[in-house]
Amino acid sequence: MTGVPPGEPMTVTAGPAGTAAACAAEARGVAEPPPKGGHGEAGLLLQVRGLSTDFAMKKGTVHAVIDVSFSVREGEVLAIVGESGSGKSVAALSVLGLLQPPGRCVAGEVLYKGRDLLKLPKGEMRDIRGNHISMIFQEPMTSLNPVFTIEDQLTESIRLHLKLDRRAAVKRAVEMLRLVGIPSPEKRIKDYPHQMSGGMRQRVMTAMALSCDPDLLIADEPTTDLDVTIQAQILALISDLRDKIGMAVILITHDLGVVAETADRVIVMYCGQVVEEATTEQLFERPLHPYTLGLLRSIPTMEDTEATEPLYMIRGMVPNPLHLPRGCAFAPRCDRRRARCAAEQPALIEVEGRKLRCFLFEPGCNQAATALSPESAQAGGAVRRADSEVAP
Amino acid sequence: MTEPLLQLRHLSKFFVVERSLLGRTISVLKAVDDLSFDIMPGETFGLVGESGCGKTTVGKMLVNLYRPTAGRILYQGTDLTGLPARERRRYCRDIQLIFQDPYASLNPRMTVGDIVAEPIRVNRLLPRDKVDDRVGYLFNAVGLSANYRNRFPHEFSGGQRQRVGIARALAMEPKLIVCDEPVSALDVSVQAQVLNLLAELSVQFGLTYLFIAHGLNVVKHVSDRVGVMYLGRLVEVAPKRDLYRNPLHPYTKALLSAIPVTNPAQRRTRILLEGDVSSPIDPAPGCRFAGRCYAKTGCAGCACDTQLPELVEVSPGHFVACYLHPAVG
Repeated sequence: MTGVPPGEPMTVTAGPAGTAAACAAEARGVAEPPPKGGHGEAGLLLQVRGLSTDFAMKKGTVHAVIDVSFSVREGEVLAIVGESGSGKSVAALSVLGLLQPPGRCVAGEVLYKGRDLLKLPKGEMRDIRGNHISMIFQEPMTSLNPVFTIEDQLTESIRLHLKLDRRAAVKRAVEMLRLVGIPSPEKRIKDYPHQMSGGMRQRVMTAMALSCDPDLLIADEPTTDLDVTIQAQILALISDLRDKIGMAVILITHDLGVVAETADRVIVMYCGQVVEEATTEQLFERPLHPYTLGLLRSIPTMEDTEATEPLYMIRGMVPNPLHLPRGCAFAPRCDRRRARCAAEQPALIEVEGRKLRCFLFEPGCNQAATALSPESAQAGGAVRRADSEVAP
Repeated sequence: MTEPLLQLRHLSKFFVVERSLLGRTISVLKAVDDLSFDIMPGETFGLVGESGCGKTTVGKMLVNLYRPTAGRILYQGTDLTGLPARERRRYCRDIQLIFQDPYASLNPRMTVGDIVAEPIRVNRLLPRDKVDDRVGYLFNAVGLSANYRNRFPHEFSGGQRQRVGIARALAMEPKLIVCDEPVSALDVSVQAQVLNLLAELSVQFGLTYLFIAHGLNVVKHVSDRVGVMYLGRLVEVAPKRDLYRNPLHPYTKALLSAIPVTNPAQRRTRILLEGDVSSPIDPAPGCRFAGRCYAKTGCAGCACDTQLPELVEVSPGHFVACYLHPAVG
């Protein structure tokens, strides 16, 4: 087959040799004693520990992902939320070993069923991608190869990973297209990507990602470019598949509405760091970190309100990744910062069964319990045009 | 009673997709089809719909980037569509546009100061020595430091670029600004900053907005009245509160229910529409939404499939175009 262009779905070619090696590795993996801590817990599928990714640029090093840890259980939907540049996509690419230079994982481990993916040889990694973990990319418009039909692109991965002959692969591809809700799939499979709408292409991408029955699906902004009615369809489809085949999902998004509707657990990222981790109910009922709170409050509500007050604004903007603040990365924009915030890095600590990176919640800080209810934070809100102070 | 600032009457824009050898039109894309609504001075009229429904085409006709195929645009009572090109251009000053993509709508080779000054210079609005002051004033108005005027667009973030775009629109001292999805390319926190800025400016400069967007929550926040478009047709127009409390058209209901809410306890039953928006090229007779409608009466050959429903006022200020409503028919 032709070389795989960047952005081709995760089901990348794995030769027979690669698969054989993978099988051997699988055997080894089982024989290996479970690594220290965490693993062995029931149903734990993926465990990321202390992952750090750097981009060495001419002007300096960008720490895109800094010491990120999370885990995904079987059948769970974990959402990673953050604004552009928060490192959420880079974290996903790191997990899958798909970073392009100058990006490089500098620390951490990614344990998938006990095996560290970062240390796997390329061939084995290829077998993991597609067969075990697959990914839906952000832009359905550019992630499909325009010169091949949907059939070519879908069957390529099915034949390689599932070792089916051509006819069986086509049959499976048609089934997958039907599963994702494409009408008359027998006909549409002969189409080229340009003959399909954005929603259809996103469905094809989803079908491709699901065609080898992955245990884990990583969906990077799967609905960002789509209309709301189509977005609702795709999200319903992902939840539905989760329920039917018990697949775990990592959902990367900037849309907190999407998170509230689909996720079980949420990680909020800011400047490459995890700033809050909680269950969806906890996070939306009582967001604790000032950044999370700010994000939630800056979304126009759909609730029935009379007056149109100005929206809450997080002042300023995301800092230049080359020059992150010395202390807490959010401190320059935070309404509740104190002297300590600018000088020291807060650690990720556990509070009430959730994780937070903020000095306000450290034991001994008496403000934590009372101060951050949405009402009281309002007093500090609505900073007028504060970003004029920040240099571009 | 106040006069509407802008009245659209049966406005249509068709694009010819294919012609025969003899130049006869074979197929037509009906981007905007028989659109009528008013915008009152000082109000914000929200226009929502999915991609391809023609909302941007409406905006482009208002700022004279497209010539309407049929219908009239009355601005303060003057019919703009009938004017000769030279006179039409005079009104361009009053109606300005803010573009969707702040990365594509600023010339990368010009400094942001020149970008904002250009409309003033081209239209000779001010003597040359006054232009600089005016640019500085506009920068301040949109919350940018005037010291940035010699920088180039690539030095700015998305939110700041959008502010430059807003300053450029304000440079012409417009009365009406067409905002074409001004925040959909921005991050949530920046989105809030720009929406608040637009609200402040409307008070400060007495502006009227036509706010085009696909996000119903954004439109709800900024608008006084909202029009919902589907495939070139207006299907519902209502004051904001009526529309969100009591949507009448099945499409509006589906659109509202499709918005994810940031409250997990409220995960509602959605109205999931089947399929995609159908093509606006040579649409079938009958209601444009009939193909995806979940509420339409099942009968073959009923009105939904054969005749376009007209927009009818069913309660004061609330218009809907759907046969399911007893007043329409």
